[in-house]
Amino acid sequence: MNVKRFLTRFTPYLFLAPAIFIFGFALFYPVFYGITLSFFQWGMRDMYAKAPLFVGLKNYIEISQSPYFLTSLRVTSIFIGVTMVAELSIGMALALLAERKTRGLHIFRTIFILPIMIAPVVVGVIWRYLYNPTYGLINYFLGIVGIKQIMWLSQSHTALASIIITDIWQWTPFVFLILLGGLQTVPNEVIEASVMDRANYFQRLIHIKLPIMKPIIGITVVLRLIDAMRGLVVMFIMTFGGPGLSTEVLSLHIYKTAFVGQRLGRASTISVFLILYMLIVAFGVLRIFRTERR
Amino acid sequence: MKVLPKGDVANISRYVTLIVVSIIVLFPIYVMIATSYKARVQTFSMPPVWLFTPTLKHYEAVIVKGHFVRYLLNSIVVATSTVFISIIVGGFAAYGLVRFAFLGKRVVSTATLLLRMVPPAVMIIPLYILWTKLGIMNTRTGLILAYVALSLSFTIWILRSFMMEIPVEIEESALIDGCSELDIFFRIILPLIKPGIAVASIFVFRIAWNEFIISLILTNRYTRTLPVAISMCMTELGVQWGEITAIAVIVALPAFIFTFFSARSIIRGLTAGAVKG
Repeated sequence: MNVKRFLTRFTPYLFLAPAIFIFGFALFYPVFYGITLSFFQWGMRDMYAKAPLFVGLKNYIEISQSPYFLTSLRVTSIFIGVTMVAELSIGMALALLAERKTRGLHIFRTIFILPIMIAPVVVGVIWRYLYNPTYGLINYFLGIVGIKQIMWLSQSHTALASIIITDIWQWTPFVFLILLGGLQTVPNEVIEASVMDRANYFQRLIHIKLPIMKPIIGITVVLRLIDAMRGLVVMFIMTFGGPGLSTEVLSLHIYKTAFVGQRLGRASTISVFLILYMLIVAFGVLRIFRTERR
Repeated sequence: MKVLPKGDVANISRYVTLIVVSIIVLFPIYVMIATSYKARVQTFSMPPVWLFTPTLKHYEAVIVKGHFVRYLLNSIVVATSTVFISIIVGGFAAYGLVRFAFLGKRVVSTATLLLRMVPPAVMIIPLYILWTKLGIMNTRTGLILAYVALSLSFTIWILRSFMMEIPVEIEESALIDGCSELDIFFRIILPLIKPGIAVASIFVFRIAWNEFIISLILTNRYTRTLPVAISMCMTELGVQWGEITAIAVIVALPAFIFTFFSARSIIRGLTAGAVKG
């Protein structure tokens, strides 16, 4: 009886054990290891020959003054800022359009799922082809309207814009689908009551729908921000961070520092900065969108 | 002359907007598919060729050349194993969290969000070092392990939301009938959350099938997966657009299949994190 009792008491832990093991082994430990490594100097070639050399905060001091890092930080900030505002506003506008009784809504929704499901590598390939200055279709269409050839991916002032457009193409549908789901949770009675009170469409939107949607909008923004800051594949395929550093977001900067520059310690330090930046942004956004519970 | 009522004008412009946006969404995908069936000269031609006789040349070339079939098999093995392990382990964990209220809901949801935040770029350095030390570098096992870790929090989240809808009474009566917890899990819970398993499987498959940067680091030319194989084609001399888009179409194929056959599940998966908070 005692054994059985013991087992019952620990059953939840037995169910959780495999997950905790995998998290610990392949997620927490590596992240912890990476944070430790950020205090060391270690090159890729030293991996077998030498132990990492403890340098204290040296990496941190150097990186916070490094123009490459600061540029990459700026590129990342512009990228997430612009994509977030664009995706949220376009997604919201489309969701409001589709919210009212729409025939064939499921067809639109199905179409909008496609870019979300397709691999970023594939997205990078498609858009690199579309942006090609001589045979790309974007310049072809612009040519019809009379706009001269643009060297989309090989000029530093258009490269980031090209990446941003690609991101908007791939992820606005995601924002749309989630916000549409959110709009459908607005209770009908509330809307009907406001119609009785002769509130017009915009009053209804600003005073009723948006406040009810606030937490959902907040989570959508956080999910998008996280994914945008994690992403590097589209840049990897389309520009590899170039020209110069114009499209080198932090994730890509980490990869290049570690596996092109072969500086593992330094790259780990940038990783710590990226994680801190994500935490600050995510919790900042959650704070802004927090609803007071009365 | 008849004037359309105001409501109709608004309605028509609404549909026109949605249709135009849909075309913008579909067009790049159409270009990819079309390019993979064009003759080589046509992939470079300006103005673009809109009407052409489709050719399977690029697909044949891709399959015959290099290690394509091997990479395809790698992708299939890695993605399906990841799904299988993630569902079993995640299902156990989700059940533990739902039925035994010993951890606050807040802790779980915050932890899930935090785990979802870990950027792959941050993982690759420690994984590279640790997997080398453990001797699972360049193996599919190593890659699968990394993918399970990456997808597990999502699986737990989804399965948990489905399990919470199962009334406790069903399990209670099973307990009285003498079923063990493990019996209940396999014979009662899993069959009841089949739709949830479908949602989780699609998304975990998507993560493992599409992932690029971890696979780039943790595999070699024998164990690499399709997304990495595409990137290798891009850096070779002179981009062969026909062949690259052919591989891209093959990589995108599961995405098309899932989208057309289980749009509803996908929407549930996408919104699970946001709406169910």
